[in-house]
Amino acid sequence: MYSNAYIFRYAGIMVILVAAILSSAAMLLKPMQERNEAVDKMQSILSAAGIENVTTENAIELFNSYVTDMIVIDNEGNVVDDYQGDGKQNSEAFNLNLKEQLYNKSVNKGFKLPMYVLEKDGQKINIIPMRGVGLWGPVWGNIALKSDFNTVVGVTFSHKSETPGLGAEIDTPGFQNQFPGKELFDDQGKFVSIDVIKGGVNNFPVDIQRHKVDAISGGTITSNGVNDMIKNVLESYVPYIQKQG
Amino acid sequence: MSSEKQEREPLFSAKNRKLLTNPLGVDNPITVQVLGICSALAVTAKLKPAFVMSLSVIAVIVFANLIISLMRNGIPPRIRIIVQLVVIASLVILVDQFLKAFVFDVSKQLSVFVGLIITNCIIMGRLEAFAMSNKPWPSVLDGIGNGIGYAWVLVAVGFVRELFGSGTIWGYAVIPESFYNIGYENNGFMILPPMALIIVGIIIWIQRSRNPELVEEN
Repeated sequence: MYSNAYIFRYAGIMVILVAAILSSAAMLLKPMQERNEAVDKMQSILSAAGIENVTTENAIELFNSYVTDMIVIDNEGNVVDDYQGDGKQNSEAFNLNLKEQLYNKSVNKGFKLPMYVLEKDGQKINIIPMRGVGLWGPVWGNIALKSDFNTVVGVTFSHKSETPGLGAEIDTPGFQNQFPGKELFDDQGKFVSIDVIKGGVNNFPVDIQRHKVDAISGGTITSNGVNDMIKNVLESYVPYIQKQG
Repeated sequence: MSSEKQEREPLFSAKNRKLLTNPLGVDNPITVQVLGICSALAVTAKLKPAFVMSLSVIAVIVFANLIISLMRNGIPPRIRIIVQLVVIASLVILVDQFLKAFVFDVSKQLSVFVGLIITNCIIMGRLEAFAMSNKPWPSVLDGIGNGIGYAWVLVAVGFVRELFGSGTIWGYAVIPESFYNIGYENNGFMILPPMALIIVGIIIWIQRSRNPELVEEN
């Protein structure tokens, strides 16, 4: 029979050993994981702008050749940083923690937000990264806007743990292909965002349809999360956009 | 059987070979023991995640079996389940970290399911039923056998679902464009989890009709 002291000793040593092994593995692999995450972010930004054939190998190179400006904007719409050199993956705009900044926004503190400007076929495209909450965890994505900051060029969405087949469908072309051509501002120049709605976009008057996309059946909470994310993030850029007039 | 006799047993004796081959067929963890069904449904919509999931489970089950078997004489029986879980969970975290570092896109696809390897009952089942009471080498063989037994079912289901659901194999289109032109369509139902259950059911059916010993009598 094993004594209680033995059991406690056994458990204690086991836990310390396991902790040591796991933390050293995490430390060793971290640089590679961070690089993968950065590459993944670049791929998502580039594909929002409609740039095709981006692979994990050429993402960094393509990103640096397409993107011209890495801009940081404060809550009053002023540009506080505009990085145009090489190595854009090291710029402030690329590494800004969106979660932290959006939290600052929610508690009415000052915040900074990133924007990426890239040039494709002579057209300027502005890309805004977004972050919000889905049903089980965070959802995030990028929205690419034409130089008028109104018309959507494309979007990408991603998620950590939404339900496969339901909420997780936000990262499929079927959902994302609804966005190109939609508009953020109405005819009076008022910000109306793009609503993710139930009940069919086609049942709305034609002039309202350009501000709406269909939600995912069975993925209501995730769809609402995407809806709130678009509204919450993009409204923070309205002061900046109005200054561009 | 005396213990000396076991010492001199060749590495691949008939008994050890059985440890390796039984789980592939007559004692398959999915089709006969009906364990690990959850992940068989979840990751088999495409072949690639099914394959990576299989490799991950094989790695975890083999090392978990080996480690538990090495520790088996020191583990206090009263906390043995906790010890087993700690070993499995650590291995799964390691696998997850490695996937994130080396095959990021696959780790994104597997996302939550890697964590769910911890709750894959095949692994705990083998630790409790085999590794706790056997020597390291047979335990490793048992792990490999059960891992591969799990893997081939997963890969078979993934193959069928990807072929008919997306018209691709390993992401490459295999159904020619001309088929689509004359009205062939991908079966969207294949993408959904219930289809995996039906395919596993068909595999079980075929296996039992070929091997009547597996059929319960009542």
